[in-house]
Amino acid sequence: MSFFQIVEQYRGFDFQQFFDQVTDEAVERSLAREKPGAIDFLTLLSPRAATYLEPMAHKAHQLTVQYFGRTIQLFIPLYISNHCANQCAYCGFNHENAIIRRKLTLEEIEAEACAIARTGMQHVLFLTGEAQHLTPMEYLVAAAQCLKRHFASVAIEVYPLEVAEYRRLQRAGVDGMTLFQETYNQEVYKRVHRAGRKMDYHWRLNAPERAAQGGMRVVNLGPLLGLAEPRSEIFFTGLHARYLDNKYLETEVAVSLPRFNEAEGDFQPDYLVDDKTFVQFMTALRIFLPRAGLTISTRENAAFRDRILPLGATRYSAGSSTGVGGYADNQVEQTPQFEITDDRSVDEVAAAIVAHGYQPVYKDWDQIA
Amino acid sequence: MKDDVLKLGTVTFTNRLFTGTGKFAANSLIPKMLAASNSQMITVALRRIDTTAQSENILDSIPKNVTLLPNTSGARTAEQAVRIARIAREAGCGDFIKIEVITDMKYLMPDNWETLKATEILAKEGFIVLPYILPDLPLAKRLESAGAVAVMPLGAPIGTNRGLETRPLLELLIENCTIPVVVDAGIGRPSQAAAAMEMGADAVLVNTAIATARDPIAMGRAFDQAVRAGRTAYLAELAEESNLARASSPLTGFLD
Repeated sequence: MSFFQIVEQYRGFDFQQFFDQVTDEAVERSLAREKPGAIDFLTLLSPRAATYLEPMAHKAHQLTVQYFGRTIQLFIPLYISNHCANQCAYCGFNHENAIIRRKLTLEEIEAEACAIARTGMQHVLFLTGEAQHLTPMEYLVAAAQCLKRHFASVAIEVYPLEVAEYRRLQRAGVDGMTLFQETYNQEVYKRVHRAGRKMDYHWRLNAPERAAQGGMRVVNLGPLLGLAEPRSEIFFTGLHARYLDNKYLETEVAVSLPRFNEAEGDFQPDYLVDDKTFVQFMTALRIFLPRAGLTISTRENAAFRDRILPLGATRYSAGSSTGVGGYADNQVEQTPQFEITDDRSVDEVAAAIVAHGYQPVYKDWDQIA
Repeated sequence: MKDDVLKLGTVTFTNRLFTGTGKFAANSLIPKMLAASNSQMITVALRRIDTTAQSENILDSIPKNVTLLPNTSGARTAEQAVRIARIAREAGCGDFIKIEVITDMKYLMPDNWETLKATEILAKEGFIVLPYILPDLPLAKRLESAGAVAVMPLGAPIGTNRGLETRPLLELLIENCTIPVVVDAGIGRPSQAAAAMEMGADAVLVNTAIATARDPIAMGRAFDQAVRAGRTAYLAELAEESNLARASSPLTGFLD
């Protein structure tokens, strides 16, 4: 059994027809349900449910406060390489893009770590493009060990790995794994991933499960909203999270909902998710998955991030640079993977969180070897 | 009732409400909540303590007269719980330790088996051990022999505010344990805390319901009052309940 079998259960399912038939009564029933099922979740994702945004937001808020309190966990991303063998139509790191390619040496990683640590951040997420030959396991392990000396929690967002490789990184001090499926729609997936190992839908789809099997404490999923019809994308993301949640009780599942943001290469997404729909997605996910982490990155702008604090979010990145390095030496001209729209410093983000009645949490983990 | 005290290890408590540090909108609320609730013991997850913190350290928010109950949140095995306990002691958090071993991130149910193993080890090392458990009498008795100073059974899954869902099992523990029973987790309202105390629980630990209230300070006060009321009622011995109505003019009165 893998999550693919659940994806396959919806082959041929007419989402549009389902949405067309959703009634107010159905939304109210799904909203009142103590343990919402898949159909309740889909109902809450329907256009019809948009008129119930306020009660959905109240329920999402209440559940989030109950399970997470008035706290927001902070983390910071560190890109250690932008080399990439893939050709993803939407990504700034696309192999075809003529950008300056860079991979940090261990000394440079050390310098970045020192610079980041000075901001007070204790949870770091390190990222690479997908170029296994240039950023092999040995490099990832060495990077993890280096970062672990500076941070309470180290997570990865790298190319999909084997179970044993996740296990190896876990032993090197990595406790979290983020990987976005980008799209659950197999046709769209095939269209936008034109080269490289990323063309393999299944290899990627099963990676979060392999990470759970490899002992990762937190597994963070997400679609890239804009590639395929967004309501069904969120639906599959929620089902994927619940699948892992049910199967791997030791794993904390978290969800990100990155929406399309201008990157290098002038990719025009087929779908745009407006703020209102974004909030509907967020609150529906919270209602469907009360205990799941919900990560909001700096793709979202500062004002919007401040407003959605009480609606279900639990983790915020802050002070982010999405070019390689960027903390120790910010003079270097960089092509980012995507454009950041919240460019506030860690202190500024933390102050905004406090101003909204929430506590920014810098440290919430210790790995005991 | 001046003599109604609770002794745990080397410390004597005159207040039976234990509190927690999680989920507050700001750590600065913690000392105010402690003052309002009169709580003399507060739990804190070692994973949240950052002694190198440039900003605030959560321990700075806890007055010195309140006993620190570090917990092993995040531990998936007995071995990890033991390590966390030792680190907590080295970090100057004292000898108290609440053992929390959770392998199920979905319902956050304590793993009784790993918890027992950790208790056996830590009690021998001189820790004042309070294990967080699912209410299971045979386990509680084993914890007792292993040297736990109290057991902390859950009333309902943590953070759910559902109250004393495990009531019949808690009653068995209260009746049969020679060490104190502290109802931990699930208590969402002061009335539920009062109910636990009326049943004969020795103390309750409340975090979510206080930390996430609109006014955590007032809610801390309300829990203090409820715990005192419940305790007083327990000591005063409640009148027996009966499902049958007792008319003041009994139907069989003519037979007397």
